[in-house]
Amino acid sequence: MTTTESPVSLTGGATAPPARLRPGGFSRAARTRRKWYEIIGLSAPAVLVFTTFVLAPMGFAIYYSLYKWSGYGWPTEFRGLDNYFGPFGAFRDPIFIDALRNNGIIIAGSLLIQGPLALGIALLLNRRFRGRAVFRMLVFVPYVLAEVTVGIMWQLILLRGSAADSILNSLGLGHFITGWLANLDVVIWTMLFILTWKYTGFALILFLAGMSNVPDEVTEAAAIDGASWWQTQRHITIPLLGSTIRIWMFLSMIGALQVFDVIWVASTPAVRSLGASNTMATYMVDHGFNERQWGYGNAVAVILFVISFLAALIFQRFVLRRDIDGARTERVS
Amino acid sequence: MTKTRRTGAVLALVAITSLVASACSSSSSGNQSKNDLYKNPVTLTWWHNSNQAGPLQTYWQKVANDFHALHPTVTIKISAIETNDLQRNRIPAALLSNNPPDIFQAWGGGETVEQVQAGYLKDITAETKNEVANIGAASKIWAVDGKQYGLPFDFGIEGFWYNKDLFARAGISAPPATLDDLNAAVTKLKAIGVTPISVGAGDKWPAGHWWYNFTVRECSADALSNAATKQNFDDPCFLKAGQDLQTFLATKPFQPDFLATSGQVGATSSAGQLANGKAAMELMGAWDGGVMGTLTPNRQEPSFLSWFPFPSVPGAGGSQTTMMGGGDGFACSKNAPAECVEFLKYIVSPEVEKGFAATGSGIPVAKGAETGLTDPVMQTIAQATQQAGGVELWLDTQFGATAGTAMNDAIVAIFAGKGNPQGVVDALKKATAR
Repeated sequence: MTTTESPVSLTGGATAPPARLRPGGFSRAARTRRKWYEIIGLSAPAVLVFTTFVLAPMGFAIYYSLYKWSGYGWPTEFRGLDNYFGPFGAFRDPIFIDALRNNGIIIAGSLLIQGPLALGIALLLNRRFRGRAVFRMLVFVPYVLAEVTVGIMWQLILLRGSAADSILNSLGLGHFITGWLANLDVVIWTMLFILTWKYTGFALILFLAGMSNVPDEVTEAAAIDGASWWQTQRHITIPLLGSTIRIWMFLSMIGALQVFDVIWVASTPAVRSLGASNTMATYMVDHGFNERQWGYGNAVAVILFVISFLAALIFQRFVLRRDIDGARTERVS
Repeated sequence: MTKTRRTGAVLALVAITSLVASACSSSSSGNQSKNDLYKNPVTLTWWHNSNQAGPLQTYWQKVANDFHALHPTVTIKISAIETNDLQRNRIPAALLSNNPPDIFQAWGGGETVEQVQAGYLKDITAETKNEVANIGAASKIWAVDGKQYGLPFDFGIEGFWYNKDLFARAGISAPPATLDDLNAAVTKLKAIGVTPISVGAGDKWPAGHWWYNFTVRECSADALSNAATKQNFDDPCFLKAGQDLQTFLATKPFQPDFLATSGQVGATSSAGQLANGKAAMELMGAWDGGVMGTLTPNRQEPSFLSWFPFPSVPGAGGSQTTMMGGGDGFACSKNAPAECVEFLKYIVSPEVEKGFAATGSGIPVAKGAETGLTDPVMQTIAQATQQAGGVELWLDTQFGATAGTAMNDAIVAIFAGKGNPQGVVDALKKATAR
């Protein structure tokens, strides 16, 4: 695109450029009208799609969640908030509480294990050495694999008597062997291990991208001042990586709240139904579809949505705030 | 009458649950007169669950082609869909829309009752009198209040699939006839270092079947029928069934980590363990041989397999000859054309059923079709099905998806050592509350 003659912003009339840049000869009213045509014309497709595929289904979910409904015929048995707070509602079901706890474990595990691990690897891989590209790729490969593939792969590795047990035996750690996917007290930690293995690469690639934005002048100046490698990382690279880390925390938290695929594939329905590995998302599908409690499933979906939405709002308000504020000032580079 | 089936604007809003709204209805109608039959071109959509390439999938295609050759006005369009997806998601969503498949898989029992109550199924009582007479008692599972809404093509009882060679090595001379015999066999099999019984408890229902069978042994026919029709689980026999199961579990007859074992997927599944000589027995329906045939290295059903029915339980108060069983059938949706019923009748005709029997995928229900069974184990099961003192449908199918799943969850809890017999009864009592 080489055209430069149209200064009218394509991103909407709201941030319209100064009037003197506009082609002359229009009255003020005509300009206003035109501005509104632009706003409506350009945003209509997005608004339509968003309404049809996001807002309307959300509305329907809230509506359905107030009914007892098996999915046959339209919902007729109105139950108010029973699916949420009634004696058989989600918040009174110990298995749903287990799901909340499991989601909590996965959030905490993601933030406390994946983050530091990825940061450490990123700091190492940010140095120049032979084969760096190969190492970067190796850590990133799990993230590219499909969740279902990862789930099946680890299931085969972790079943009793399979590869994981053989490796532990040959390391003399045989007494640690347990039913990685069957021991109800262990399964959630197995899941966390698989998720960490898979998603550390994602954090890593974000951190490496952030590090490439750290200006060489600053690190060079530090080196001239006699700072060690560790001092440089500690006082320059990591602080300058702050906004990247905060964005990753946000993505990781929302991902952990909604985690489904790996757990669905790698842990069996029995283990999930006993509350050992289920998350809110798997609980929703198990009950909504497989038990054909569509109204109840919708209620769980609404709970999951509200929790994710609140988490996102709070995080943006208190943590991401300075990054968003910073975006308004001029860049310092 | 022109047959134009229009789907119209199908707006699928899939975010949390799937809402399928169809803007205009299909124009096919169910009230053609007999004279119209085969006069106008019709396309029947047929949804079945044989989604894995194999003899049955090939056979259903042949059945559709043959019917088209017999009646050139009828074209049949098949969709083969994975069974759980088909049953739990696809059929309910399609029935909710105005454009359901014409003929689709129906498992009978509580689910058929629900579909009939919602007005989704075609009443085929008048057209299928001969077929029902030929099939006999099994067809009742697809009937509601004396009216027929579907027909089975396959029905068999479950029992123990076992490895003859391992039994011989362990010194077990005859298949166990009582629970005491079974316990003795478990001890002998442990002594030669094999897993006595494999169970796919990870999938929940294979564990559930153990409780069902103990329930059939403990409960009178009245207690069972009260449970199925009135949701009355007050009879102490339901508690006793759970206690029997707990006692049996205490003998540790199953493979370790059974909570992580799936029923039918891969060589590590419970069926795979039996098929590959790791386990000596599995309690499973008549389809198990076909499943095992896909799980061995050479893709052949092992020749060491044999079968015996669920043993009697000494001292139990129910029938000792009634067997747990189930089958597969098809139903026509309410507005399907009359040709749908004709096609359904064709599927359950002795000739077509004989061909079905020859695929080794199940036990045919039409009299005269059992001669098509070539596999000796299947012949044994067919014979045992006919000789059974009574047949009870899988309890989870009978009670419907909601109560059935809650029951299975509670049974799995017993397997995991986290539940108790009372838990199953409680789960059944409160399951219908959501």
